Amino acid sequence: MDAKKPNGSGNGTKGSNEWRVKVGLAEMLKGGVIMDVTNAEQAKIAEKAGACAVMALERVPSDIRKEGGVARMASIKVIREIMATVTIPVMAKVRIGHFAEAEVLQALEVDFIDESEVLTPADEENHIWKHDYRVPFVCGARNLGEALRRIAEGAAMIRTKGEAGSGNVVEAVRHMRAIVSQMKKLTTMRDDELMHQAKELGAPLELICQIAKTGKLPVPNFSAGGIATPADAVLVRRLGAEAVFVGSGIFKSSDPETRAKAVVKAATHFEDAKAVLEAHEELGEAMRGLDVRQMEEKDMLSTRGW
Amino acid sequence: MKIGILAVQGDFEAHAAMLERLGAETAEVRTPAQLEGCDGLILPGGESTTQLQFLREEGLADAIEKFAKQGGAIFGTCAGAILLATEVQNPKQDSLKLLDMTVLRNAYGRQIASDVVSGPTKLKSEPLEMVFIRGPIIERAGPGVRVLAEYAGKPALVQRDQIMAATFHPELTDDTTVHEHFLSLVAAGASQAAGSAKS
Repeated sequence: MDAKKPNGSGNGTKGSNEWRVKVGLAEMLKGGVIMDVTNAEQAKIAEKAGACAVMALERVPSDIRKEGGVARMASIKVIREIMATVTIPVMAKVRIGHFAEAEVLQALEVDFIDESEVLTPADEENHIWKHDYRVPFVCGARNLGEALRRIAEGAAMIRTKGEAGSGNVVEAVRHMRAIVSQMKKLTTMRDDELMHQAKELGAPLELICQIAKTGKLPVPNFSAGGIATPADAVLVRRLGAEAVFVGSGIFKSSDPETRAKAVVKAATHFEDAKAVLEAHEELGEAMRGLDVRQMEEKDMLSTRGW
Repeated sequence: MKIGILAVQGDFEAHAAMLERLGAETAEVRTPAQLEGCDGLILPGGESTTQLQFLREEGLADAIEKFAKQGGAIFGTCAGAILLATEVQNPKQDSLKLLDMTVLRNAYGRQIASDVVSGPTKLKSEPLEMVFIRGPIIERAGPGVRVLAEYAGKPALVQRDQIMAATFHPELTDDTTVHEHFLSLVAAGASQAAGSAKS
């Protein structure tokens, strides 16, 4: 019942050394900000601003949304340049279910792979069997059942899906609240109620039982999707996110360098409103953003994957 | 005994869980004021570039240097060890320079080279389990720096007076040996301070 027990320190079936170093890297990123970057120059700006990792991709989500077409794994040349430019961990995205893209990124030796709904899915039923890789994976989730399915497949980090490229935090909030409240509910249940929960959530009983005891995911729980301001980062941190991903929010704003720094500061001092105020002082205009209630289901990225 | 844990970014919660298991009181440190009243300080794993920048901006770097000068015990793991080193290479990077050693960053390679290994230690007769995650290598330990554990012929756990550094993550194992040793350094410092206050 120790809520503070770190992720990955438990044993169980996933106690292998490989699993421990995968979850271990996710532990190292806690409290930090992971920023989307599309070239080496942006990666340098992100590192200088205090990002704890960068996500290399060809187009930020808001551009993918605007330009349409099939969004795939980024060009190897761009990822290589970014890896050569910064010393912080470099992540890159693969399409849901595209294990061949994942094998390529593992051969390239990126530090983390994001099996992401932001790219066009390659498989509408099956996600990648992530236990087969030495490189750790992060996956998006909208609720606890989805998070646990991804963990069962081998994800070493979970992030909310949010609604990427929208500049609107509402979906990330919805997803984080869902995950946290469903976990809390499990902790109040009798053992004989847990099998039904496993059936309802579509999640492995073993993980359901574990969460009923600990009240938290067995891997770090981060937030992504629509975070555009320092206060947005604080909001999701306070709702339970252990770190944040910022995508289009930084490099689609009028002031990427200042904004990147401000989001990092706020994410660290997420319990100190004065520090968050300071982070906001110097800021110009945030990205314009989208009202997700005006969006059609087919335009939502968060409904990709299950 | 209160142990502050730098909670800027990294695996500070893992250290807190380990220390609480050993019965020590812990406090998250994000400002110089939060360091006051701490008997020891842990610099956790994470990204040293991120952490260093934050320490400079928040005035914490100066506060930690002062803390060390007054005899406060400090333990850095991985990124924390990099922050403590007098010299950082691969690439060159600024640091707090509190422990005389040269450290190479990400010296084993990228995440794919991260691993759990074991090596000999002076702290107990059995080998020590070591979790390396994008770990650094201590290329040179200066005069007076004791090597408490080694891996592959390189120092992995070092100590000089009340300052200790590990290139691996004892906080990610179930073995309390290293943290117990750190608490003994903190206790020694605290009793010394009490002694000098009396005299």
